[in-house]
Amino acid sequence: MNFILKMAWRDSRASRRRLLLCALSVAFGIAAQVALGSFSAGVERAVRTEAKGLLGADLVVTTRSPMPADLLRTLDTIGIERSGDRSFSSMMAFPTADGALRLVQVHALEGGFPFYGKLVAEPADAGERLRSGGNVAILEAALLSQFNAKVGDQVRLGRSLFTIIGALKTLPGETFGASMFAPRALIPAGSLAATGLSGSGSLARQSVALKLASGADSAKVEAGLWARFPNQHLSIATSQGRERDLGKALTHIYVFLSLVGFIAVLLGAVGLASALHVYVRQKIATVAVLRCLGAGAGRCLGVYLVQGLALGAFGAVAGAAGGVALQFALLAALGKLLPFSVPFFVAWPEVARGMGAGLTLCALFTLWSLLPVRRVPPLAALRAAEAEKPGASPDPWRGAVAMLIGVGIVALAIGQAHSIRVGLGFAAMLAVGFGVLAGAGMAVAWAARRVPLRGFPYPFRQGVANLHRPNNLTAVLLLSLGLATFLSMTVFLARSTLLREIGEAGAAGRTNLMFFDVQDDEIGPLSRLLAANGAPVGRQVPVVTMKIASLAGRPVQKVVDDRSARIPSWTLQREYRSTYRGSLVGDERLVEGEFAGRFDGSGDSGPIPISLEEGLFHDMRLKLGDEIDWDVQGVPMRTRVTSVRAVEWRRLEPNFFVVFPEGALEKAPATYLAAVRADGPGESARLQKAVAAMFPGVSSVDLSSITKILDGIFTRLAFAIEAMAFFTAATGLAVLASAVVAGRRQRVREAALLRTLGATGRLLARIELAENAVLGVLGGVVGCALALVANALLARWLFKVPAAAPPLAMAAAVAVVTLATLVTGWLAGRGAARQPPLEVLRADS
Amino acid sequence: MTSEPILKVERLTKTYPTAAGPLTVVRDVSFELKAGATLAIIGPSGSGKTTLLGLCAGLDRATSGSVALAGHALGSLDEDGCARVRNAHVGFVFQNFQLLPTLTALENVLVPMELGEGARVGGEAEARALLGRVGLAGREHHYPVQLSGGEQQRVALARAFANGPKILFCDEPTGNLDGDTAAAMVELIFGLNHERGTTLVLVTHNPELAGRCESILRMARGTGELQDRL
Repeated sequence: MNFILKMAWRDSRASRRRLLLCALSVAFGIAAQVALGSFSAGVERAVRTEAKGLLGADLVVTTRSPMPADLLRTLDTIGIERSGDRSFSSMMAFPTADGALRLVQVHALEGGFPFYGKLVAEPADAGERLRSGGNVAILEAALLSQFNAKVGDQVRLGRSLFTIIGALKTLPGETFGASMFAPRALIPAGSLAATGLSGSGSLARQSVALKLASGADSAKVEAGLWARFPNQHLSIATSQGRERDLGKALTHIYVFLSLVGFIAVLLGAVGLASALHVYVRQKIATVAVLRCLGAGAGRCLGVYLVQGLALGAFGAVAGAAGGVALQFALLAALGKLLPFSVPFFVAWPEVARGMGAGLTLCALFTLWSLLPVRRVPPLAALRAAEAEKPGASPDPWRGAVAMLIGVGIVALAIGQAHSIRVGLGFAAMLAVGFGVLAGAGMAVAWAARRVPLRGFPYPFRQGVANLHRPNNLTAVLLLSLGLATFLSMTVFLARSTLLREIGEAGAAGRTNLMFFDVQDDEIGPLSRLLAANGAPVGRQVPVVTMKIASLAGRPVQKVVDDRSARIPSWTLQREYRSTYRGSLVGDERLVEGEFAGRFDGSGDSGPIPISLEEGLFHDMRLKLGDEIDWDVQGVPMRTRVTSVRAVEWRRLEPNFFVVFPEGALEKAPATYLAAVRADGPGESARLQKAVAAMFPGVSSVDLSSITKILDGIFTRLAFAIEAMAFFTAATGLAVLASAVVAGRRQRVREAALLRTLGATGRLLARIELAENAVLGVLGGVVGCALALVANALLARWLFKVPAAAPPLAMAAAVAVVTLATLVTGWLAGRGAARQPPLEVLRADS
Repeated sequence: MTSEPILKVERLTKTYPTAAGPLTVVRDVSFELKAGATLAIIGPSGSGKTTLLGLCAGLDRATSGSVALAGHALGSLDEDGCARVRNAHVGFVFQNFQLLPTLTALENVLVPMELGEGARVGGEAEARALLGRVGLAGREHHYPVQLSGGEQQRVALARAFANGPKILFCDEPTGNLDGDTAAAMVELIFGLNHERGTTLVLVTHNPELAGRCESILRMARGTGELQDRL
């Protein structure tokens, strides 16, 4: 062992710098793994320690109607402390911003909420001041910056003016996404009445938050409430449930990102193995001499295995350090999507896990590429050709190690995915992706050998010829560059696909400004006002709220409790906002049954025929002819499903899960939704102001702002995915750099020979340029092609929209990959052509 | 012990399979050498000299026949067994020196000692003494690229004697050296051989060098004819 270690150290002398560069490819992959693992552990720890802070209370009961007195009495007996929140959407005016309007989510708070966690605002005492009452408001920080408003300014809500006393950063119980469409505005409950906004609109909710006695089980309390108030259409959240749900959602994100990071680790290991493969080929003479001097095959292998493992270990340590640093970036980007602050800390088990995965893969791949060392005959010291003799029997050990690599990858993938099914699926997809890219690499090498390039300039022909020379890394380089391009471009294309669809919602002619919560007596005057302002109402839609009372004759609570029914509870317990009309509209089509446009309401006409949206119909496991009993604001109504519609929700036009025929709901209390066309943000703001002045209870949403919001969400999510893609790309470029450096000796010798024969430095540079350009272009093209396929699949099966394929973006991606390849190749190989030919040839003789 | 042959070769044959059919490179060669003897293998290119040297040193396996080296039947040993025999009893000098480029002159000489079983006390001093003997005192820490061809070959010679081998195999030891350097090298080889009582087998094209050996094995088309000169 002593000899192996000593020899490994001595033998590496001339190559340490280039070997360390090879280790970089491993470092990038491990950095991605460690960063994600640590971040995820940080989130898990935060979820665990701040579980109650997620909800702000032990238990929150919410209703969409005024809370019954007996329920309130019961809640009083359960909790040791209680607080209330009446929340609803309303338009807020900013006098300091020329009266600009914005839809906000008003929270009229009373009591000591939050009981756990903190209402974080700037200044810090804003929460205390809010509890003291008065016409004061704490507004979402983003809202203040949008309208250039500051603490001390005034805003108008209904008939009242409120003084801004703070900028809201976090409020337990709400997530980032919840406040994106309508930023939050907190006011004291006592000041609500004077605004004239009763908070009774269709989106109004009344919540009671409870603090339970220490040791009380919130899940048991929840079960008791369900049993006692089965028909009150309550929504109950507990801190335990919130912790569980959030944990699940975070696990999905983490699994996805860590699988992408795993690809980078795998790529790094492949890159290290490739570089070592080239390296040991240059060591054949040394091995042969060692064997002549009495070293056994195992000891020779040991020398290079120690070097390979040391490189893997160096890469792992460097990667772990880089990963810990990267965690800062992840915290900065993803932390804002979370409802709590995630602390920065080093999760040592995760560091060990990331390093372990990286080292295991490195060890297996290194062993595979170094096994041929055992077969270098000592006779090669006398005759170099002995080492290259063809016809040697296949090495069974290499086959065994290859199998071990396969098993290792599957096992690690399962470990990353925390699921055998997902892990196996991922490993299979990986095999397909790697197969396509490696196949493309081999095809390129094959084509480079076979395709005649007689008409092309010499540097190009020589550069292309380099792609198929012995020991080429064409396949592995295409694999890494292509994979990195594929990941980045898939994210980009998915984003383009969705944003294009949403963008079309604002296309000329379509309505793009919606007014909702318009009362029955307001719809006429509102329509006239809009028409007078040059924006006639394009669509006017009645909205009636209702809940399901029974499904196919079974009370809804029984269906909820029946786990075997496998019907999602949200479909059963939600408050439905339904409409009635006589025909289908443009953004929907009939997929089953017959749409009933009219119900005559006579005594023998049977249940009311209704139409359900396709997704809901399937989620509820219904079939045509099934009956649903509705509770329409206290009035029972029996219906029968007679048709199913496919709705293009992406067009953001008003549509509904349930559509009634004309003649059935006209007598029910309804609000209206009015959609108009506004050309440009100025026109939109003018119309919203005009409506708010006359109808303070009416809310509005400009669809173009939704496009911006979605773009914002995408930007944040894309960061995480692109960070992973960056690491894959960086790994790819590190593989390229290490390949160039590992093959440098061969390059220097070739350059010396060519220069001896009269080649100029410029010509040599052009040869290298041609070779790397071909690799870069092909890596980019193959990666983009795979991304197009992936995006087409996502668009078809997940988003259900036509896929976007912006040609300019694709061309730019290919150009960027090519440029990165050229620069990396140049940096790694610079100076190879500058060494004096005589020196090189003499050293080589 | 001295009467025992240090190298005994019996009916040695080496055949390679080729596309055109089997190619016999060494055919039915037999000879034996006693301790301290010197043998030159000569013959035209392609006559099987180097192959025979490789077979005698246990670097390759014979198709038929046998080689007994320092009392070990090489045919009965596996590759690692042959490696142990080489380390303990054999020294090599190659035409193209074959120094390990990443090791200093001293480290190159130390390699055979370090490969031996069990730590060797005073190994470094012995290696320095050997380098001094071949005229390279003060150059111990130079790397091969910092040495001339003649100096590299002297390091190789010092390395060959590092473990006190019973037999030294030299493959064209002066093939890459100029006349004066080659002559000096020959003096060193024979001088050390004489001092340490080592058996010497060398492959050469150089008749002058061959002429200094006690026996000459003349190879032609794979067959060998032994001539005792003394």
